[in-house]
Amino acid sequence: MQLIKSSTVYDVVIIGSGAGGGMAGYVLANAGIKVLMLEAGPFFDPAKDSQQLKWPYQSPRRGGNATRPMGDFDAAFGGWQIDGEPYTQKDGSEFQWFRSRMLGGRTNHWARISLRMGPKDFKCRTSYGDGDDWPITYDEIRPYYDKVDRLIGVYGSMEGMDNDPDGIFLPPPPPRLNEHFVKKAATGLGIKVIAGRGSVLTAPLPGNTDRQACFYCGQCNRSCKIYGDFSSSSCLVIPALKTGNLTVTTGAFVREILTGDDGLASGVSYINKDDGQEYQVNAKTVILAASTCESARILLNSRSSRHPNGLANSSNAVGKYLHDSTQGGGAAILPQLLDRPRFNEDGVGSLHLYAPWWLDGKKQPFARGYHLEIFGGMMMPSYGGYFGFEGSIVPYLNGYFPGRDGKMKPGGGFGASLKDDYRRFYGSWAGVGCHGASTAREDNYCEIDPNVVDKYGIPVLRFRYKWNSDDVAQAKHMQETSQAVVKAMGGISLVPPAGPENNYGLDKPGKGIHEVGTVRMGDDPKKAPLNKWGQANDCKNLFVTDGSVFTQQSEKNPTWTILALSMRTAEYLLDQRKKQNI
Amino acid sequence: MNRRESLRAIGIGALSAATLLDGCKTNPNKAAAEAAPAPNIDPTGRQDFEIARDKSLNSQTFFDAHEKATITALADIIIPRDDHSGSASEAGVPDFIEFIVKDEPQHQLPMRGGLRWLDMECLNRFDKDFVGCTLQQQVAVVSDIAYPAIAKPNFQPGVSFFNKMRDLTAIGFFTSKMGIADLGYKGNTPGKWEGVPPEVLKHYGL
Repeated sequence: MQLIKSSTVYDVVIIGSGAGGGMAGYVLANAGIKVLMLEAGPFFDPAKDSQQLKWPYQSPRRGGNATRPMGDFDAAFGGWQIDGEPYTQKDGSEFQWFRSRMLGGRTNHWARISLRMGPKDFKCRTSYGDGDDWPITYDEIRPYYDKVDRLIGVYGSMEGMDNDPDGIFLPPPPPRLNEHFVKKAATGLGIKVIAGRGSVLTAPLPGNTDRQACFYCGQCNRSCKIYGDFSSSSCLVIPALKTGNLTVTTGAFVREILTGDDGLASGVSYINKDDGQEYQVNAKTVILAASTCESARILLNSRSSRHPNGLANSSNAVGKYLHDSTQGGGAAILPQLLDRPRFNEDGVGSLHLYAPWWLDGKKQPFARGYHLEIFGGMMMPSYGGYFGFEGSIVPYLNGYFPGRDGKMKPGGGFGASLKDDYRRFYGSWAGVGCHGASTAREDNYCEIDPNVVDKYGIPVLRFRYKWNSDDVAQAKHMQETSQAVVKAMGGISLVPPAGPENNYGLDKPGKGIHEVGTVRMGDDPKKAPLNKWGQANDCKNLFVTDGSVFTQQSEKNPTWTILALSMRTAEYLLDQRKKQNI
Repeated sequence: MNRRESLRAIGIGALSAATLLDGCKTNPNKAAAEAAPAPNIDPTGRQDFEIARDKSLNSQTFFDAHEKATITALADIIIPRDDHSGSASEAGVPDFIEFIVKDEPQHQLPMRGGLRWLDMECLNRFDKDFVGCTLQQQVAVVSDIAYPAIAKPNFQPGVSFFNKMRDLTAIGFFTSKMGIADLGYKGNTPGKWEGVPPEVLKHYGL
């Protein structure tokens, strides 16, 4: 084994190629900066590597999830568990950590739901009496949201809602049949349902000839061969490579950020997974964007005499304030849709209908809200993904509905009659997913487990995460809402009611894959590792641009905010270079 | 979340899973039947370890010839040929079940044990194993285990097995080319989504 030290000094080394790293790389490379991007996984170009338009029978497991948690055709490599890369838990925590080691990171599997946080979301303490305020306002980040909208493209409808700001929108896709029923039911309950907001090109993106408009296969999670949706690879990293200013090293698994005697970042140490050798590269500036938890891990593992508590951690806040979305929801079979008409309603692989939090400002037994993601319709029959095979419910439900002859029969069965039931039920389900804001807390955190290393010898993360009473109260409300929607549709609920013994169906923390907050921004360097530019207070040539920088999440999915903040940080870095402050 | 993820996230996967018995790994060496030829899998977007794993699974055989014959007969009782489409075996369901129990080993013990339970039930009742029975006799036994809510308690092991067998059969059939056409799924093809056809909206009063 060898330690290979490069003599090249890059202007900037970026750790990670997901939304945060990709955007920073794009901005800097286009500004003429020499950038090295380190990615822990392999290269991935959707144009060549996407499994889009494969049929289930082209997979021996019919789309099953033996090697990919979200199904055989999902673009994301990795998952909740990765061989040789463990993480541990503390105090009975069950935090689930999804990692996608590949170019584009977790932008490979996401549902492209692209929401701006609102003015109140940036001032959580002031607005809701809970959590902390960000050191920035919506008005400060708004120009970057605008630029992200124009650069990447997002569909939606202009609504003029105070805390759910509109963007620069492409036309939204119309709802599927089943989603009309959900909208009608929710509207009747006083819930305002609007078009979804997603980064899918429902129309050509002005000024962009590298990406084509969506052809409506509904498979964004497989990644798009024509770059019709947003992945960090297709929209940011691959275009940035074309500038000639960006170099991407894949298979580069980062150990730590190196610092000099002056305490400033001097480079990065990594193992190359392809050749097994150890490398050190030099950088004038380091941008960390390895994902919320991995970034905290790298900082905590970057100990030195100047930074004995880990890099950028004099505040002792790195790893703390970890918070993920709350999740719940409901689904139902709609009896009126048995034997429904067939047509192609794949639509987009993002959200068609969406209900922003509709009780903002109304007194609730919890501080923050949640939104509804509405879904339903005829999916391509498949096994795997999160759900498995949707037809699996048929033998459990066919005893509750009269047959074509009007007669009831016992549930289950076999033969021609059962075969017909699968046909009758196909595409008759609909539901709502609820995704809410959880408040960042100091006692929900990840830290280095002193006793365990991964297969590269790098100390691993240990998680401590408990939902609090606010989260559970929110989950109870989610359940009441989704059951009310199901009832109003006349649906047969597919989700058994959950009680306090299982937190009203609240999913395990981490399962939202919206975890943020471990390297937060703040006004006070004693309490927060980063200033309002994403710059480390203890190390001025270190910036962080992934979800870890969030002071406080909202019920809006985080990716669009990560992109806007990363763009803002990259432009600030350019400005500081120009002023020779860095 | 996409639609499939949303369903799982809110616990629907548990509905069917709750009825499935837990399994454990079984020694695959007992297999006597010939390995099915490895299907030609498009390597696009596949990781090396996935390609190697598929190859390895396809080189092994789990079910012996008798078990495979029993699965075939049972699958065709669950999903027979009708006016719309062919039977489970015509859609390749037995080969899918052979693969999926190797891919998801938790199915192995419940399937192997369940097939044996079925044979014993037939032997006790008709003095022949399942495949040796007449179709009428086979249907008589299946009828006792195919309706969970009304099955007699002593048939419970058979009910649990049949739930799994029925699920795997339906998965195999309705994810095949034949089964997808039978369901009438029209997508997975480039097009333009302009919303629900007006006559459909009108029909549903929307």
